[in-house]
Amino acid sequence: MFGYYFQLGMRSLRRNPVLTALMVIAIGFGVAASMITWSVFRVVSGNPIPQKSGRLFTVLIDNRGPQYNDDGEPPEALTYTDANAMIRAHKAPHQTLFYPISLAVLPDGNRSLPLKAIGYATTADFFGMFDVPFEYGSAWSAQDDTRRAGVVVLSHQFNEQLFGGADSVGREVDLSGHIYRVVGVTRHFDPKPRYFDLFGGSAFDDPMQVYIPFNRADDLQINTAGRNTCGGAPDTGVGTGREGWLRGECSWIPVWVQLDTPAQVADYRAFLEGYAAKQQRAGRFRWPPNVRLRDVTDWLAFEHVVPPESRISLVVSIGFFVICLVNTIGLLLAKFMRRSAEIGVRRALGAPRGEIYRQFLIEAGTVGAAGGVLGVLLTAVGVGGVGLLFAPRIARLAQVDLPLMALTLLVAVVATVVAAFYPTWRAAKVQPAWQLKSN
Amino acid sequence: MMQIKPILAALKRHKAGTVLIALQIALTLAIVCNALFIIRQRTEHLSRPTGLTESNLLAVSNRWVGADGKATESLTETDLAALRQQAGVADATMINSYPLRGGGWSLGADTKPSDKDNVRRPTAQTTLYFTDEHALSTMGLKLVGGRNFRPEEVRWVDPRDFETNVPVIVSQALATKLYPDGHALGKPVYLSSTKPATIIGIVERLQVPWTGNWAANFAENSVLLPFLLQGNFGNYLVRTRPGEMARMTKAVPALLFKTNRMRVIPEERGVRTFAEVREQAYKSDRGMAILMGVVCAVLLAITAAGIVGLTSFWVGQRRKQIGVRRALGATRHDILSYFLTENLLIGAGGVIVGAALAIGMNLWLVSHFEMERLSLAYVAVGVIALLLLGQGAVLAPAMKASRVPPVEATRSV
Repeated sequence: MFGYYFQLGMRSLRRNPVLTALMVIAIGFGVAASMITWSVFRVVSGNPIPQKSGRLFTVLIDNRGPQYNDDGEPPEALTYTDANAMIRAHKAPHQTLFYPISLAVLPDGNRSLPLKAIGYATTADFFGMFDVPFEYGSAWSAQDDTRRAGVVVLSHQFNEQLFGGADSVGREVDLSGHIYRVVGVTRHFDPKPRYFDLFGGSAFDDPMQVYIPFNRADDLQINTAGRNTCGGAPDTGVGTGREGWLRGECSWIPVWVQLDTPAQVADYRAFLEGYAAKQQRAGRFRWPPNVRLRDVTDWLAFEHVVPPESRISLVVSIGFFVICLVNTIGLLLAKFMRRSAEIGVRRALGAPRGEIYRQFLIEAGTVGAAGGVLGVLLTAVGVGGVGLLFAPRIARLAQVDLPLMALTLLVAVVATVVAAFYPTWRAAKVQPAWQLKSN
Repeated sequence: MMQIKPILAALKRHKAGTVLIALQIALTLAIVCNALFIIRQRTEHLSRPTGLTESNLLAVSNRWVGADGKATESLTETDLAALRQQAGVADATMINSYPLRGGGWSLGADTKPSDKDNVRRPTAQTTLYFTDEHALSTMGLKLVGGRNFRPEEVRWVDPRDFETNVPVIVSQALATKLYPDGHALGKPVYLSSTKPATIIGIVERLQVPWTGNWAANFAENSVLLPFLLQGNFGNYLVRTRPGEMARMTKAVPALLFKTNRMRVIPEERGVRTFAEVREQAYKSDRGMAILMGVVCAVLLAITAAGIVGLTSFWVGQRRKQIGVRRALGATRHDILSYFLTENLLIGAGGVIVGAALAIGMNLWLVSHFEMERLSLAYVAVGVIALLLLGQGAVLAPAMKASRVPPVEATRSV
């Protein structure tokens, strides 16, 4: 029966080509608009590390007080003093800190111009905590951190650039005039959004190329290449040289801890409160402890990582799709009711209501499928054009893949069939006697 | 007008179709109003002047390799001298940031020293531009009062170690904010320090580096300081002679690499004309405006098409009744105005609901995003536009209805 109804549906659609085209175009545009914006939204709103997003926490301490903090919220990173204190205290199973750096690889052999290298100065725990995969070698050790060793981890892409992709473990690299020994090469590592570096606003930036020990970078006085916020408080470190800046109240170092059980979380929170209370007693803070421990999902939400463009355009395009569906309901109603006579005949010949439902829903499904196919085409075109709407670093994230295409088709068919319920219900209500009489 | 009663009676027999058209009009009105409002908000930024003379201006970002801190002073001076001597270059300067660039330095500015115990918000938020006496001519800023920096006033400083008790040039907007009486020249301005800077010049306009909403309340508050910042990163602004832009876009980086190749000028965004800077800064604003425009256009088209479709169906359904009316003496004009009035009634119902929806949707957007309240003028324009659209859409089927011959009354279906 399905095949027969399908054929009937096709025939009926051909009978009113303008009306059919109108419905197909409306559904096609509606579903495509929604899918194009969805293709961006699903990436920017995704959970980048689902397996442990509830176990990784960023540590925040209010060092500015109620007058200068951000509506009661601590700054989004720690000061040099607090960040180092957190690492030294070693109260969590794993903890790390980092800041972005921008170095240069000096020219050698076949390269006549220097090469820029962006990366993080961090600690050994960084790689394990954030599940960084390795291609060659491994992360440096905790001893390397304490020895303040000149070691480096390269990204896959940078290793390709420097060593042609060969196993470079043990080789040496000159970064901004200092020699580092390669201990590991990561596989492609580019979580989107880059949840741990939201402070720097680099949620969707290019992946990092090098990682060196924090202590080493500190010894070499490598400045942060990222954000540095000193707040509005007077005398917060501007104008007293590097030492004054480090000792001052400027926030620029994100700190993360891994806490595997609720008990550990509670213990760490207590430790943090205690730390802030101690600072208050020492006279550094003139306010009661105001600390936060935010896990990945909490942090992503708090930082509004989804660009407003993405959310607004998704809302608007879904609204657009709804209007297209309302339009389709109206047109289907017109189409079905015009065939009252035909329905009357079928009903008079013994077709139960269920058969009428089946016939018309299948017909609607055909319209939906046609709209879906158009939608897939428009989506493919549109995703190519999201560069118009979003910054390149975000537009890049939008991709047409098989799941997206399948979803487009599915949404189109399901939405149309749902929209067709009302017209179909009306069609099934047609009284056979009425129709036969007027003929 | 006397037809309204029978029309209402007829509509009652077509509840579903009536409600669907009204609903579609309502939703379309809600979305179109908000979309147009977003377009206006976004395009308002687009045309905001920076205060710079943007033609013939190049922005170069430079990072020294193997040199940092004090060592970058002489390197930068060599660069600037080479740039200024280059044929085709009118002037060049170094600056820590520039309008529309995105990153920069901002702090509170005040007319009195900040007081640790008596905490209050600073009078104005401002951005700091660290540059030299070539800035005004390179950027093409318009000096409306006072004077430019003198070469001997310009110094190299460590970005983490300087005092701001120096002559400064401020934008008109900041001058007015600090000294509303209009006499800012020669007056002090405190930049988070106990020693004040002195205002020696006022430029007509100078935008901050940021375009985001968060900087909207100090978008034109800028201070130029006669400091060049040490360090391995800096921006050069280069004013080319008229007609030399295309050549200089290639010649400037080549010249810099010839002067010293131990540097990185990123391939992406390393050398940009100011037109490119502007385009990239407002990319998402413009894209959003385009998207909303397309959505509006398609939406209106689909709504119009939906009205045409449903009304055609009604006309087809009522051919017999129309024939009867015609046979009983109704003119073609009567039939035409029947359908137009019917559509107007449905449309009126739709726009009333739609206006409420539009405002509701705007309130939701206001509470979730940094958006302003929808101006009622948009709703009014939207209401009129949709009513006209409805009348336009219904015209063709209504004309068709008016041509139904009276003899139709005698035929069966």
